[in-house]
Amino acid sequence: MNNKYEVVIGLEVHSQIKTETKVFCNCSTDFHSQPNTNICPVCTGQPGVLPVLNKKAVELLVKTAIALDCNINKKSVFARKQYFYPDLPKNYQISQYELPFAEHGNLNISVDDQIKNIGITRIHLEEDAGKLLHDIGARQLDCSLADYNRTGIPLMEIVSEPDMRSPQEAAAYLTALKNLIEYIETSDCNMEEGKFRCDANISIRPVGQKEFGTKAELKNMNTISGVEEALTYEVQRQIEVVENGGKIIQETRTWDPDEKITKSMRSKENAHDYRYFPDPDLVPVNLDDNFINDIKANIPELPEKRKQRLIQEYGLTEYDANVIISDKALVNYYETAVNSASKETENTAKPIANWLTTELLGKLNNAKLTIKESPVKAEYLGQLVALISKDTISGKIAKIVFEEMFNTNKDPQTIIKEKGLVQISDENEIIKICQEAIDESPKIVAEYKGGKERAVVAIVGLVMKKSRGKANPQMVNKILIDLLKK
Amino acid sequence: MEISKKDVDYVASLARLEFSEKDKESLTQQLDSILDYIEKIKEVDTSKIAPTSHGATGQNVWREDTVVKSSQSTIDALFKNAPDKEGDFFKVKKVMDTEE
Repeated sequence: MNNKYEVVIGLEVHSQIKTETKVFCNCSTDFHSQPNTNICPVCTGQPGVLPVLNKKAVELLVKTAIALDCNINKKSVFARKQYFYPDLPKNYQISQYELPFAEHGNLNISVDDQIKNIGITRIHLEEDAGKLLHDIGARQLDCSLADYNRTGIPLMEIVSEPDMRSPQEAAAYLTALKNLIEYIETSDCNMEEGKFRCDANISIRPVGQKEFGTKAELKNMNTISGVEEALTYEVQRQIEVVENGGKIIQETRTWDPDEKITKSMRSKENAHDYRYFPDPDLVPVNLDDNFINDIKANIPELPEKRKQRLIQEYGLTEYDANVIISDKALVNYYETAVNSASKETENTAKPIANWLTTELLGKLNNAKLTIKESPVKAEYLGQLVALISKDTISGKIAKIVFEEMFNTNKDPQTIIKEKGLVQISDENEIIKICQEAIDESPKIVAEYKGGKERAVVAIVGLVMKKSRGKANPQMVNKILIDLLKK
Repeated sequence: MEISKKDVDYVASLARLEFSEKDKESLTQQLDSILDYIEKIKEVDTSKIAPTSHGATGQNVWREDTVVKSSQSTIDALFKNAPDKEGDFFKVKKVMDTEE
């Protein structure tokens, strides 16, 4: 990236609020329904119908707003945003303009181990538009086909301050925001199903300049890495325009994930004139203290706080804690494993974190499974680590047991019993095997006695081989040296 | 406040309405007199009054989050109200967003 310019990014996230019904009518929000089956006179904009607000949508938005440290506007009103487009059967979208539900929040992100606080400008409630099809498979249509199942589904639009200074920060913000929303379960955030969408405003300015440059609005990024790629491309494009003596024009550009470029959207060249006005069909909302306090009381432990607790309670490193809290299912898995192990023995929290982040996540990744689909139950991973900690099995044997657990879904005790893998910690038995190994390796013994202490490693290897890895390694070391010194 | 014919053209285009030249002239005058009237209302001191967003006094009119499915006959009626259909879809004129 060019050092002469500073990048300024603000993001608008549309997250589908997790309700059963649409925001102003009783139609289902089910994603998998046949086209145009979740529609009614209200969401298709028939004359004379009246919208009625879904209380749950307000509750979940307020919950999100509290988690993002926003001020809740007790009084809130809905506005009509007018534009003509076939995905919007009413020819206006019910949204909020003045007096959104929430304003002035913030969210911490971490990039390269640096914490940065990103401001949230506002969160407002609005209805989604329908879906338009322009082709069926490879066949281009000479018309567009509208599916209004999505029309009227509640969205919370979360608008950030222009606080991000690189595409990496934008990606970190989205990751943190998505994670937070998943923690409090106010949206599924499923990006493939369009339940967490992001538009980006981006501009560049010479380093040191206070005024913002002219911004471009980017659309159609369907993954967080897509957002990062699109922004990285756009930074380069804007720098090239300016360096070649050109001017950035304010416009909306769409990201083409195949060609990996942004393209100007001609239809939006006219300046937006949405003529917002308060929707006369909807009376204002007035939230009382009880409404807000009830929601506040039900906010679960948020990622940032949970991370601090993991570090303090379990002695995890910042890095491990970050990995583990990056997904609610993962941190729940971790704590279940720790609880299960702590019933057996102590000091297992850190080794469990290691097993989880290196062994299990690696295997899940290869098998393309999520933590929720893990063949190894959290309790079983906890038990496995407890067995190592109690010297029932060695770390090496544990890897074999773990492999088997992953393949068979069985618990570690069963596998150890079936395969006869219990660690040998009986002193006499170990002495017997060690003596055998010494007797079979006169050359190495001679080297050792000649002063080459490291030669003992080879004999340890032989003992482990003879015991099929089951001999307690610490005991083997000690006993071997004792025997050799005789 | 002075409304010009240009303003009328602009507002008409935003609303997708077409008017004859004669109508545009009378609309220009009518809109102008409406705005004059609003100018007059603005003389009232409202600095101590909260903005009104709605004429009705009610608030918090909301409902529980319970699904009610439309009957097939309702959905059929919605399709009948639309200009055209194809299969399960409403058929509309082709719209494209990007520069080709």
